[in-house]
Amino acid sequence: MTKAGVGARAGAGATVAAADAPAPAARLPRRRGVELSLIVLAVLLCVYGYCAVGLAKTGTVPPGAAGYGAGLGVLALLAHLAVRLRAPCADPLLLPIAVLLNGIGLVLIYRLDLETPHDRAAPTQLVWSTLGVALFILVVAALRDHRELQRYAYLCVVAALALLALPILFPAVNGARIWIRIAGFSIQPGEFAKVLLAVFFAAYLAANRTALTYAGRRFSRFDRLQLPTGRVLGPIVTIWLLSVGVLVLERDLGTSLLFFGLFVVMLYVATGRTGWIAVGLLLASLGAVAVGRLEPHVHSRVEDWLHPFATIEAGQGANQLAQSLFSFAAGGVTGTGLGLGHSVLIGFAAKSDFILATAGEELGLAGLSALFLLYGLLVERGYRTGLSLRDPFGRLLATGLASIVALQAFVIAGGVTGLIPLTGMAMPFLAQGGSSVVTNWAIVALLIRVSHSARRPGRTPSDAPRDEPHGTPGDKISGRSG
Amino acid sequence: MTRHIRHAAAFCALLLVALLANALRVQVVQSGTYDGNPANRRDAIARYAQPRGDILVGGVPVTGSRDTGEQLRYERTYRDGPLYAPVTGFASQVYGTTFLEHAGDDVLSGADPLLSAFPLWNDVTRGRPPGGNLVTTLNPAAQRAAYEGLDGRKGAVAAIEPSTGRVLALVSSPSYDPAVLSGNDAGAARAWARLNGDPDRPMLNRAVRQTYPPGSTFKVVTAAAALDAGVVTDLDAATRSPDPYRLPGTTTRLTNEGEGCEDAPLRDAFEWSCNTVFAKLGVDTGLARMTRTAQAFGFNDTDVRIPFAVAPSTFDTSLDRAQLALSSIGQFNTRATPLQMAMVSAAVADGGQVRTPYLVERTTRQGGATVATAGSRPSRQAMYPSTARRMRELMEGVVREGTGTNAAIPGAVVGGKTGTAQHGVGNAGIPYAWFVSWARGERDVEPRVAVAVVVEDGSARRGDITGGGMAAPIARAVMEAVLGS
Repeated sequence: MTKAGVGARAGAGATVAAADAPAPAARLPRRRGVELSLIVLAVLLCVYGYCAVGLAKTGTVPPGAAGYGAGLGVLALLAHLAVRLRAPCADPLLLPIAVLLNGIGLVLIYRLDLETPHDRAAPTQLVWSTLGVALFILVVAALRDHRELQRYAYLCVVAALALLALPILFPAVNGARIWIRIAGFSIQPGEFAKVLLAVFFAAYLAANRTALTYAGRRFSRFDRLQLPTGRVLGPIVTIWLLSVGVLVLERDLGTSLLFFGLFVVMLYVATGRTGWIAVGLLLASLGAVAVGRLEPHVHSRVEDWLHPFATIEAGQGANQLAQSLFSFAAGGVTGTGLGLGHSVLIGFAAKSDFILATAGEELGLAGLSALFLLYGLLVERGYRTGLSLRDPFGRLLATGLASIVALQAFVIAGGVTGLIPLTGMAMPFLAQGGSSVVTNWAIVALLIRVSHSARRPGRTPSDAPRDEPHGTPGDKISGRSG
Repeated sequence: MTRHIRHAAAFCALLLVALLANALRVQVVQSGTYDGNPANRRDAIARYAQPRGDILVGGVPVTGSRDTGEQLRYERTYRDGPLYAPVTGFASQVYGTTFLEHAGDDVLSGADPLLSAFPLWNDVTRGRPPGGNLVTTLNPAAQRAAYEGLDGRKGAVAAIEPSTGRVLALVSSPSYDPAVLSGNDAGAARAWARLNGDPDRPMLNRAVRQTYPPGSTFKVVTAAAALDAGVVTDLDAATRSPDPYRLPGTTTRLTNEGEGCEDAPLRDAFEWSCNTVFAKLGVDTGLARMTRTAQAFGFNDTDVRIPFAVAPSTFDTSLDRAQLALSSIGQFNTRATPLQMAMVSAAVADGGQVRTPYLVERTTRQGGATVATAGSRPSRQAMYPSTARRMRELMEGVVREGTGTNAAIPGAVVGGKTGTAQHGVGNAGIPYAWFVSWARGERDVEPRVAVAVVVEDGSARRGDITGGGMAAPIARAVMEAVLGS
């Protein structure tokens, strides 16, 4: 070990300690009134959109407008009441954003239902949204403190792996083996697994981050590239490999990409070692090249991305990606107006993976940018919550949950707009899909819970243990794993 | 840890910027190429989302639109489809458009920028104005008379107003109903296959897209050229032409159908359609003068649009004298559309002037407000007015006492020229019966209609096929219809 190495390491440690100093304990205003007003605004916006669709398609206000508005409004108010009663200090932006995105999603799905008679995707989605809000209320009300979740880390990971493995027993749908069908409902268990896995990663990394950062072997020549001991790193890498392996078996590449990204981001945030990013990117590119070459399902996706109009030139008509690009282009800057586009040409995935194309065509670049910014704001509130907390688990959990939303939104939005190869995923809150909506409500519920802890007045050191880089080991998790 | 959360947040911000930049690329920068991609169906959907404008004949629409509720929503309907098919053509979701439906498509579909009340307004609203109407020059009575005159036999009729070039009738037979091709369903595909497989070729527009050897009707051109060139100065002087006539430089002898053509004066030769006289006259006039006159009448013009394209009629410009002799009687490789021969007849009727024919009087918005009118058309002098006067005399003689008496209309002045065109290898095909004519009513100052009729009748006995017998009655019916309306 060289002298410079020691100095650098000490410096890094000092910086971490300084940066992780407790946030000012000033009492933040609760702003529940702001939240309520924003929720009312969000519901009104969605009702307006619902009416606009009806006016554009039939010239009359759709008969279900009142019911739709009342349904969404009641759901939003119940969620708001739960927050007001059980997490009164929570961030006031999270819930209105979730309500607005979910409401817009319902409008877009309703709008596409009109093009495909006999389809009742919007009412079904409303049922799932209700379930999601119910779960939201349950989490906000029943989970007193997010740190309780640390105790269930191993339960979470077992459940996550079980959920991930479950669809292997069911037949593949459209090339991916990620659904299970029960009594007419199809559920995507991988959606739930990602929250559970985030909880596990947060708990494990919070407990072992010191060991991960500072213990372990060094390569003599590259002493900044220091690998933690297998004993510490082993379990988490094993879990991660298992989950990604299962997903590759199921051909759910979007979700495996998400898990990979989540793992790298959380590891980086927990250990602060840039090396993880480098290793992560290296592994990702190796994996991407290997999978892209060998796996036909993925290979065709990459080919579609590189040459979206190849099928047209071959005389087979436009494929889904080309249709999606046509949709976005047709929208232009201001969009065609709700109900007046032709995104239904995309075909069977128009309501799920490609829901964004409808938004892009009918709301234009303006509406699409607004949607992206809404996601950006949601993610930003998540990270901000992470920053303002002091317990490592909470910080990692908030960061992880926000990263899930960010990565998922980017992967699917980038896919349908031709920025990156397309991987089938659900746009959070917007896309048709019960498991996805329920999961996203759970994510927002956890963020609300965590942000309540972060913004709660009168925190004491005992309440929130200092986030010491050399903090005491002896957590339940490290105790078990050690 | 704080620093690294910030890094992660910054990374997400980067992803957001990438998404926004890419959305800008797709929706603004490259949207034009995506919009214009042939596989993008939005243009077709917008095009059929509203009823198509109508084509009007005599102030009444002969077209309509039917709401199917399908993706390509409005289908074309036709009133008297077969009667007007050579004019309207078809407008099909699958097979595109032809003839007026094609040439006037911008107006009919609402894409023409002239249709919007305010410039740029429709760019702002992204709407498309309702389709405009095409008001045709057709005379419905003449159209019907021509169609019924042909009575399903293969052939065509073209009638124009000599003083303007307005097309009064344009009929092709056998015809078809363009309505069977509108629409999205399998029926249209079956009809398309059936019509294309039909040996009678009902979708062929014989009036403007088919050229025939004009036969003796071309003698109008030859006579006009000879008179203009001064080869003949007196209609009643002997022409010093032998019978039979040996084609120059060959041993082939050209004969006549009838007797008395030897040395016949131009008037008699024209009335009785003497091949020998006109073959010699063409040779005497010379290739240059013959070519000039033929081209002044509109032959070899590859760019006639009425507004849809008309097949060019041809008069070969590099002929030896024997070929010139045959070409001068409308044989060898001289070919003409019925519309072209109507123009020849109209030029005689209108003091030697050839007017560019046209079919669309004006275009209107849906409410009827005029957007554009036909305006003045270019015309050119095919022969001297004095020549035209003498040609009228000759053509009147044909109807009064020559081969075209079947075209005479009591109380009207009618001029005409018959033709029986040989064709096929060794002239083995059933000949085509031609008749070109014009007519002036009792109270008219100048002729009101010029007609060309061609009948290709495979069922008739060869000897019965004459322009005077088969084609002249049809021409008469058309002229009567115009004079009576």
